Amino acid sequence: MNLTLQVWRQPGPTAEGGLKEYKATDVSPDMSFLEMLDVVNERLIEKGEMPIAFDHDCREGICGSCGMMINGVAHGPSRGTATCQLHMRSFRDGDTIVIEPWRARAFPVIKDLVVNRGALDRIIAAGGYITAPTGSAQDANSIPVPKQDADASMDAAACIGCGACVAACPNGSASLFTGAKISHLGLLPQGQPERYRRALSMVAQMDIEGFGGCTLFGECQAACPKEISIDVISRMNRDFLRAAVTKPAERSGGGGDG
Amino acid sequence: MWALTLYRSTIGKKIIMAVTGLVLVVFVIGHMAGNLQEFLGPARMNAYAAFLKSTGELLWIARIGLIAATVLHVLMAWQLTQIKRAARPVDYTKREPQVSTLASRTMRWGGVFLLVFIVFHILHFTTGTVFPIASQPGDQFSHTDVYGNVVSAFRTPWVTAFYVVAMLFLLLHLFHGAWSSVRTLGLSKPSDHPLHRRISTVIAVVVWLGFSAIPVAVLLGVIR
Repeated sequence: MNLTLQVWRQPGPTAEGGLKEYKATDVSPDMSFLEMLDVVNERLIEKGEMPIAFDHDCREGICGSCGMMINGVAHGPSRGTATCQLHMRSFRDGDTIVIEPWRARAFPVIKDLVVNRGALDRIIAAGGYITAPTGSAQDANSIPVPKQDADASMDAAACIGCGACVAACPNGSASLFTGAKISHLGLLPQGQPERYRRALSMVAQMDIEGFGGCTLFGECQAACPKEISIDVISRMNRDFLRAAVTKPAERSGGGGDG
Repeated sequence: MWALTLYRSTIGKKIIMAVTGLVLVVFVIGHMAGNLQEFLGPARMNAYAAFLKSTGELLWIARIGLIAATVLHVLMAWQLTQIKRAARPVDYTKREPQVSTLASRTMRWGGVFLLVFIVFHILHFTTGTVFPIASQPGDQFSHTDVYGNVVSAFRTPWVTAFYVVAMLFLLLHLFHGAWSSVRTLGLSKPSDHPLHRRISTVIAVVVWLGFSAIPVAVLLGVIR
């Protein structure tokens, strides 16, 4: 396969960026998208040019590092996959592929296709945890969890924090991400003590980071490599609303900040 | 103060939009049902209008409530649009919507159009201010003959066209708005074929048909 790539090149966070055209020749349809970029980069290095910078780590759709806008679609044309799981057979010989980084104020470009997704980490730090005494793990069956709750929680916990939901959202909203984090803890008994404080503080952090609001376009759930449903956004809103209006008392919890 | 917590958050602003939106959905259904009495003749329609006016303070409470809901709805929409603009300072060269509906993508501009329509509509049928320019020569606005006002107004094709187009925007706005309000408030249960999707579709289509029927019927001479 021979392809034409239009790749966003930006030398640094404050530098001007722009789309630059590259020819990707003799591409095997069995290559992953990242392997195709690896080949393009090797040729760039041979020519003495700066390779295209992109984030990647596990290359099996688990770590959430990779992610780019491919022909205007987050993680490219195949559903329920991260960029690393996208294969070149999804494209046709002679195609032009536009590759851009995630675009959001909260995701500043570091270089080329690499963005800083620290905003998502700070949302988790604001409340995406439970307070539990450490020590040896207790028996798995000592806290009963209804099957449907365990399943729903696990579906939400599948979030790998890649940021595709933000990237695909016309509003640049992080609602799917934050909703997934709030839901996966809020559905379980272990997450109950801090449930409402968590909703308030994670939503507050989401707003501080400068993400947009949710208008339920549904683009996020189509882009999500883990196919997390926008149902988690409803759940987040419900917890947030209850927390804001009724200020439910916490039965237990760690902090002394009331 | 919980109202302030809501006002300060993007989710809270959206919750305010959902609540005010649902108030307006209920109004629009009632308004449509009332208007359909135009098909029952002048006596029935004008008696209904007279009854509404006879409620005095209650009418004004309803009017102020509706204006407040509209103002809040528009204000929150405007603020959220500003936040949205700021959230993506550098836009994509290419972004392909995958699943979003036409209705969801026309909420903002469609909403602006509906606001313009509402202002025109009040000046047209409530106060009668713009009635003369939107009518044929000789047609007079009357505060007591609501039936006659409707008939004179929609004999003019461009007025009918404007109302019909506005109702198409209302169809789209309700199709997405009624559905998304329920989700925003977190009232929806996870489901592949949710009930609130079906109810919203029915509301949007019924309201669209009900409102559009009257101007079209006048233009076609069914109501005269």
